[in-house]
Order: sequence, then structure tokens, then C-alpha cells
Amino acid sequence: MSENYAPKSAVGRWFNDRLPLLNLIYGHLLPYPTPKNLNYWWTFGGILTFCLVTQIITGLVLAMHYVADADLAFASVEHIMRDVNYGWLLRYIHANGASLFFMAVYIHMARSLFYGSYKEPRELIWIIGVFIFLLMIATAFMGYVLPWGQMSFWGATVITNLFSAIPLVGESVTNWLWGGYAVGSPLLTRFFTLHYLMPFLIFALVILHVWALHVPGNNNPEGINVVQGSQDTVPFHPHYVVKDMFALVVFLVVFAGFVFFVPNLLGHTDNYIEANPLQTPEHIVPEWYFLPFYAILRSVPDKLGGVILMVSAIAILAFLPWLDTSKVRSAKYRPLYRQFVWLFFANVILLGYLGAQTADGLFLIIGRIATAYYFAHFIIILPLLGYIEKTKPLPKSLSEPVLSPEERQMKAAASGASA
Amino acid sequence: MKFIINLFASFLLLLSFSFTQLHAAGEMKEPMHPDWSFEGPLGKFERASLQRGYQVYTEVCSGCHSMNLLSYRNLIEEGGPEFSESQAKAMAAAFEVKAAPNADGEVEMRPAILSDKFVSPYENEQQGRAANGGAYPPDLSVMVKARHGGADYLYSLLLGYVDAPSDIKLDDGVYYNEYAKGQKIAMPQVLYEDAVVYTDGTAATPEQMARDVTMFLTWAAEPKLEARKRIGFKVISYLLILSVLLYFTNRQIWKDTH
Repeated sequence: MSENYAPKSAVGRWFNDRLPLLNLIYGHLLPYPTPKNLNYWWTFGGILTFCLVTQIITGLVLAMHYVADADLAFASVEHIMRDVNYGWLLRYIHANGASLFFMAVYIHMARSLFYGSYKEPRELIWIIGVFIFLLMIATAFMGYVLPWGQMSFWGATVITNLFSAIPLVGESVTNWLWGGYAVGSPLLTRFFTLHYLMPFLIFALVILHVWALHVPGNNNPEGINVVQGSQDTVPFHPHYVVKDMFALVVFLVVFAGFVFFVPNLLGHTDNYIEANPLQTPEHIVPEWYFLPFYAILRSVPDKLGGVILMVSAIAILAFLPWLDTSKVRSAKYRPLYRQFVWLFFANVILLGYLGAQTADGLFLIIGRIATAYYFAHFIIILPLLGYIEKTKPLPKSLSEPVLSPEERQMKAAASGASA
Repeated sequence: MKFIINLFASFLLLLSFSFTQLHAAGEMKEPMHPDWSFEGPLGKFERASLQRGYQVYTEVCSGCHSMNLLSYRNLIEEGGPEFSESQAKAMAAAFEVKAAPNADGEVEMRPAILSDKFVSPYENEQQGRAANGGAYPPDLSVMVKARHGGADYLYSLLLGYVDAPSDIKLDDGVYYNEYAKGQKIAMPQVLYEDAVVYTDGTAATPEQMARDVTMFLTWAAEPKLEARKRIGFKVISYLLILSVLLYFTNRQIWKDTH
């Protein structure tokens, strides 16, 4: 496909002969054969790319006006909100953009779980994705610290203190992270530096993610292999370019709704109070997208144990392609997995709810059960299902499941007769 | 469209969870909810109310509370109280600030100008604490965004002073307020009938003053609110039209694929 591409203009040909960059872009964006049955859950890859680019562009301009110093940070953010031209818009897009980025990434991951996109031959795409998710968590957490409000400060204190749980060297590591003996300016400055760096690392991983995806091609809702270039595929452009654009614009309506009409709904009121090391907020709550992991952290009475469990909750995702022993990808053809995957989603939402509650009494007990179930899903249920589940027969090609009931009956009758 | 509905439902579910949590935490009376003109997708501030609110802030609140993120020039900006330039200059000149050191290195006082920040009542936090029995009156610049309940909460708090039930003992410098957390607050009641004499002749009832000053504080916390909603309305209209066009383009492109 890409080899056959010849730029129309002389300048294009001159350039492309020396550096076949146009070939590369052309091959990955225009004729790239894509399964014809991708549903709207597949549009979140494009939406996520948009989110990343938006965060980088708005962040770049914000960084021109922001001051990473404990005494000046809070006022500099308010300076952006009040005195910088459209500074309020940039900041609200950036702050709400982070939330919507996570909303989109959770949907993207859930889609992969449901349709088994992480399975052979797409394991590496999934693993790169887990690393992107990890970097997103770090980036978002550090970004939340930058406005230097009460939640910024105390969130940073709680999370950096987790490192003190490391045996023997914990305290030294924590002091090294802080650049001192408490959370203050040195930490803020380095968080700003890293917050600026990480999106570019994410961007690099996204390129690998897409590159690795284009080797086997997209998975699809049926979870079966499609022959590239057969009747089962359509060229990426215009079919999926336009479909993705439609989905993106619908997503943008939601995005704009947050930015323009409820810009502070997803934030915490305490973050409009300047950081005060002498006054601990009543409840220290992370941003909503961290709540499930926060619940796992708090379900263990021991700090080190909690940290290990929380890190494992993310790390275990990288092993998913081998923990799931079933050869069938799509949950559509796995009657048992289909129920367990919904149960898993419900459990994560339950953990998110518990993460926002005070960790005591009944909440703590439920939190522990939910945490145990989270891990059980990966290390008990998934490996076992592959052996005990009776999967439904898979269609031979993508054309088959979209046949009308009459056509299917005729086909079944015909194949029955021939057998 | 099912995916959008699903997406939204699960998201709202998560949100409602976090809110029930926040409400359960405070154990305070649900604030009153007056009709605010700045609510709703096309909401705007009432100019006259903002101007009266500035008067209430200056004559009542500013004795103890600073607003150090605001400058006098903000008073003439679009979307705010929109005083005339000469009015705002006169308002600024009523305050004194430290001038730059003169040729002899002495620092003298000069009248404030438009580019100066609102003058604070105290030199520093310690002075503020000393003058208020140890409790520092917080800065009001972003107060509306820094409290759960926002404008409703502040409005209710200003009007929430009632006689304490007989079984409650209050320490010195602590006051009973229905809407405060634990019903106790270090700020005394400040809004009494005719606490200010409005220059526009409006009757200065406590409700009127609370309304005006809360409107003023809402603007102070979110000075670009009007522009935000105006632009947002255009952006969403544009996106909706675009989405309809894309929907039909998409259908057209896919019509031969089965």
C-alpha cells in the first residue's frame, strides 16, 4: 500500500525520494485497511490523541505564564485566570481536559477488555498502553500539585509520603524527592519540570502504540482475524476519518459543556484555598480518576502493603495477555466472561465510590472485599475461565454475523446439508 | 448514541457518589438558594447589584477581609461592576498605599491608583490575627469558589445568625450561625438593617446587602463568567451543527458498506 504512493507535486516527489515521510503518513492514515464493523467504542483512540495534543498545546501556553514557586504559584494561576488574554479558557480546558482524558482512557481500556484486544498478536500494543496509562497517572498527579492549593499541597504530601514506606531507605528517598525535609518549593519546581516532560514521553509511546497496532491491524467487535484488504476491511480514509471526527465532535460537546458551564464541577473547592502547611484539610481526596486506586491503597492497614497493592493493581494489567487463557477474544462469544467483565467494571466503579468515603466501618470492609475481587478477577477468574468456559461458535468472516436471520437460516441449512 | 448515554450515565453516577459524600461530611444546614441572575447557560451579573456589592464590601467587609487578587482597574472592566473610569479613580484614591522610595530612600504614602491591588486592612497575617482574637479573616478574592455551596453558602452564612439554643455554650469570640460548620463561627454578625446607605437609594435590608455583596464576590472569584457563558453558547451551537453535518456525511460514506 504505502510503497505505491507517489506524491502529486514535484516538490512532494523531491522530498519523498529523499525522506519517505509522506509514504509513512499516507500508509498509516489513508488506505490503512480497517475492519468494517468497528463500533463507536473504537473512536476513543482518536479522541485520546486529540486530548493529548490539546493538553500539550494549552499546557505550553499556560507554562509561559505560570510561576513554579511556592510563594507565587497560587497567585500566578489567578493571574492567568484574570489578566492573561483567554487565560481562563486555557486553564479550564487544561484542567477539565485532564478529567476528560481519563474518562476517555478508561473507556478505551474497557473496550479492550471487553473485546479482548490485548490478546495475541496485540499484546505489545496493550503493554505500551499500560505504560502510557502509568505516565498519564504521574503527569496528572503532578499537574494537580501545580496550582498550589490546599488539595495540591496535601495530595502531594500524602503521595510522596508513600515512598517513606520503603524499608530502610524510605526516609532518605522521601527527602530526596522533596529536595528538603518537607513539601515545598523544591518539590513544586521539580514536579513542574516533570509535568512538562512527561507528555512528550507519552506522545512518543503513542507513536509506538499506533505503529504496533498497524502491524496486525485493528481488532474488531467479533474478535476474529480479518484478512487485510479483503471484503471485511475498508480504507481508513474516509470511512473512519469521518466516523472518528463525528465521535470527536460529540465528545467535544460534552467537553465544552464542562469547560464553559461547570468548569469547577470536577475540581475540589479546597484547591481555591492557597496551600497552608499548618492546616490539614478535613478530607484529603484525590481527583475522581484516582479514586479506585486510592480505595485499594487504603484497604490495607499497613502503609507498605497498601502501596504494594496499589502499584500491583496497575502492574497486573501488563500481564493480562497471559492471565487470560481463553483463545476467543470478544466477550460476545464468551458467555461467562461477558458477565464477569461487567462485574469487574462494576467493581471498579464501586472502588471509586469507596475511594471518596472515609475509610472506616462498613466502607472499609466493603473496600477490602472489592480490592480482593479486583485481584481475583485477574489471577483466579481469568485463568480459570479459559478452561471451563464453553465459547460460542465464531463467525468465519465479518460478513457472516450481519446477515439477516433468513439468510443465516438458509446458510445454516446449506451447511447442514453439505455436512 | 447508546455509547454516549452509557458514558454519561456511568460518569454522573460517579459524580453523584462524590457529592453525597461531601454533603454528609459537613453536617450543616442546607443553604438558601436565592434566584441568581448569573446562573443558567446565559447568566449575567446585575450591574447595579455589583456596584452596591462593592459598596457593602468597602464599608463593611473590608475592615477585616482583604481581596488581594483584585485591582481597582478591575472595577471598570467589562463583565464586572463597570464603574466609569473617573468613578473608579476616585474609589482608588480613597485608599493610601506605600509609594516607591523617594530620592532620600524614604517611603511615603500616596493615594492608590487604578493599577494598585485592593488595599488590605492589615499589614500582615499576624496583625490580622491579633486584631481578631486569633482568627484570621480570610481573603475574599476567590472565596465563592473556595467553599462548597459557593454563592448560596456565603449568602446564607451572612444571614444565618440566630440566637443560640440554650444548651449551647459559646466561647468568647465565637458566634452561633445556622449555616456554619458545627453552627459556630468566629465572625460576628455584620449585616444589620441600614448598615450601609446605598448611593442609589435602594433600601439596605440585610437580605439586599447579602445578595449584593455575594453577587460582587461571585464576580470577584469568576470575573470572566459572562464572557465564558457567552462564548460557550456559541461554541456548543457550532459543535452541534457540525456534529449534524458530520453525522450525515458519515452515513453517506458508509451507505455502500454492509
